[in-house]
Amino acid sequence: MNITQQIVNAIWLGGVYSLFALGYALVFSVLGVLNLAHSAVFMWGAFIGLVAVTQLNISVWAAIPVAMLVAGGIGIVLDVVAFAPLRRRNAPRISQLISSIGAAILLVNIAQLIFGTQPQRFPLGSIPSDPLEGLPIRITPIQIVILVVAVVLMAMLQYLVVRTRAGQAMRAVAFNQRVASLLGINSGNVFRITFFLAGALAGAAGVLFGLAYNTITPFMGDSVALKGLTVIVLGGLGNIQGAVVGGFVVAALEVFSIAIGGSNYREAFVFTLLFLILLFRPQGLVGQAAETRA
Amino acid sequence: MDLLRSIGITEIVFQLMLVNAILGLSIYLTLYTGMFSLANAGFMAIGAYVGVVLTQNYDLPLWAALIGGMAAAGIVAVPIGLPVLRLRDIYLAIATIGFGEVVRILILNFDALASSISGENVQLTRGALGITGIPKITETWQLLLFLVVTVYILVRLHHSRFGRAMAAVRQDEQVAATMGINVVYVKNAIFILSAVLAASAGVLKAHLTRTISPGDYGFDQVVNILAFAVLGGTSTWLGPIIGGFMLTAMPEILREFKQYRGIVNGVILLLVIVYLPGGIVNVNAWKRLWRRVRRQPSIETS
Repeated sequence: MNITQQIVNAIWLGGVYSLFALGYALVFSVLGVLNLAHSAVFMWGAFIGLVAVTQLNISVWAAIPVAMLVAGGIGIVLDVVAFAPLRRRNAPRISQLISSIGAAILLVNIAQLIFGTQPQRFPLGSIPSDPLEGLPIRITPIQIVILVVAVVLMAMLQYLVVRTRAGQAMRAVAFNQRVASLLGINSGNVFRITFFLAGALAGAAGVLFGLAYNTITPFMGDSVALKGLTVIVLGGLGNIQGAVVGGFVVAALEVFSIAIGGSNYREAFVFTLLFLILLFRPQGLVGQAAETRA
Repeated sequence: MDLLRSIGITEIVFQLMLVNAILGLSIYLTLYTGMFSLANAGFMAIGAYVGVVLTQNYDLPLWAALIGGMAAAGIVAVPIGLPVLRLRDIYLAIATIGFGEVVRILILNFDALASSISGENVQLTRGALGITGIPKITETWQLLLFLVVTVYILVRLHHSRFGRAMAAVRQDEQVAATMGINVVYVKNAIFILSAVLAASAGVLKAHLTRTISPGDYGFDQVVNILAFAVLGGTSTWLGPIIGGFMLTAMPEILREFKQYRGIVNGVILLLVIVYLPGGIVNVNAWKRLWRRVRRQPSIETS
């Protein structure tokens, strides 16, 4: 078993997981709710990328920003339909979790109706699939692209949250919505921006995931949804840097459990880890003591 | 009965309605006590598999399988509940989702695991294909009886000292603890009871549908069970029963629109949680909605 090969696999898969989980973490940090429709947006992102490639005849690379924009739009719709009405009523966080489940069911079923349940693929030749030559390990161009896109998007998000005015407003609302509103921040806008960003990240992750495995189905979000939960729990719920670290840890765990021959149990490993983290370090591996106790 | 059959509610649909009502009650118990646990599908799976193995491999009657499945789930619930119930709302939800997935994956790989440990070729859960050809031995009267007994126990529970402790724990754990209620005991007892109830539904349903596979007990199943309780409302025991009945019967009544079934389910869940937060069986929520429709100034400040 080639250990370097496994590390390479863990790294690019980790990039996709981190990208996906960032959207979860972003919404949780700003709104304090868990958006279980995130994986449905991820799936939609993959389909939009596919439609953009097959119907609009644009290249796979141009499809990524298209998918991000549309998925971001879906994110905003999600906020308006499933979250904003409950927020106005000051409903408990659990109600918002349930409404996000309702939205997820809706999104998956609409996709099923439009695209069917058969797995779909990017057209032949649209993805460069020959491994790079002259290397001791197998790396395909697509894996490098996935990692580069993921890292660039993460860096952009970090810049946006830390350096820009919108990011400042997001952090202020995350810290205390009431005080932020008193200081003149339009929290409704901040929530919409947050959902747009989360949706865009999910969309990008969806296209990249679709490219990597080249099978796109309405149910592709299911496995990633629960893995994404593990990622953000690992990083500390709502911790953005933590989500990035968590994504790579989960991917490494998964890849190495396959490598040691436990491919049937790789998800059991992941969920057992989730369980243990929640019990012993609910603030996450990299987090400090949480403000609200679990 | 002919009327019911003419709108699509055949005997099997009615039986599934009863099973789903029991499932709704199992999640109602934990929700009523303020615990957002999503472990029900996992316990249902444990019940179903233990029950089916008892009737298939040991030729035991249904009632013995029922007791066996319920006991197994109850025993598993103890070591799970003790650490996990220290967590609250979203954290508890995530942890119990994780538990459900681990149960599903373990059942999926049980044969391989057991074979490698014992050195023999074990064929018990039969992996992803699941167990087929289970005899259909659950009768409607048994389901009805089970549901009635469950409701009777629930009603007695609500009017007991323990039932008031449940409500107190939901309202505020710390205050409840200050009043001398053993919060850990109440939460764990209810968690076990909920697991046992879910397992009983698992056993009964397995002997109705005649096949079980690990895929039947994934996250989708938990979402369904949750939907029964949310749709019906969790302020009384009647809510989850009505919710279970409606969500099971509706796809049959509206079977011309079969392809929109999932969409309708999603829309219903959204509409109920947004506009009828107390569920369908909740007089106050209807009054509030009526006032909003008629645009009369509301006295409540919510």
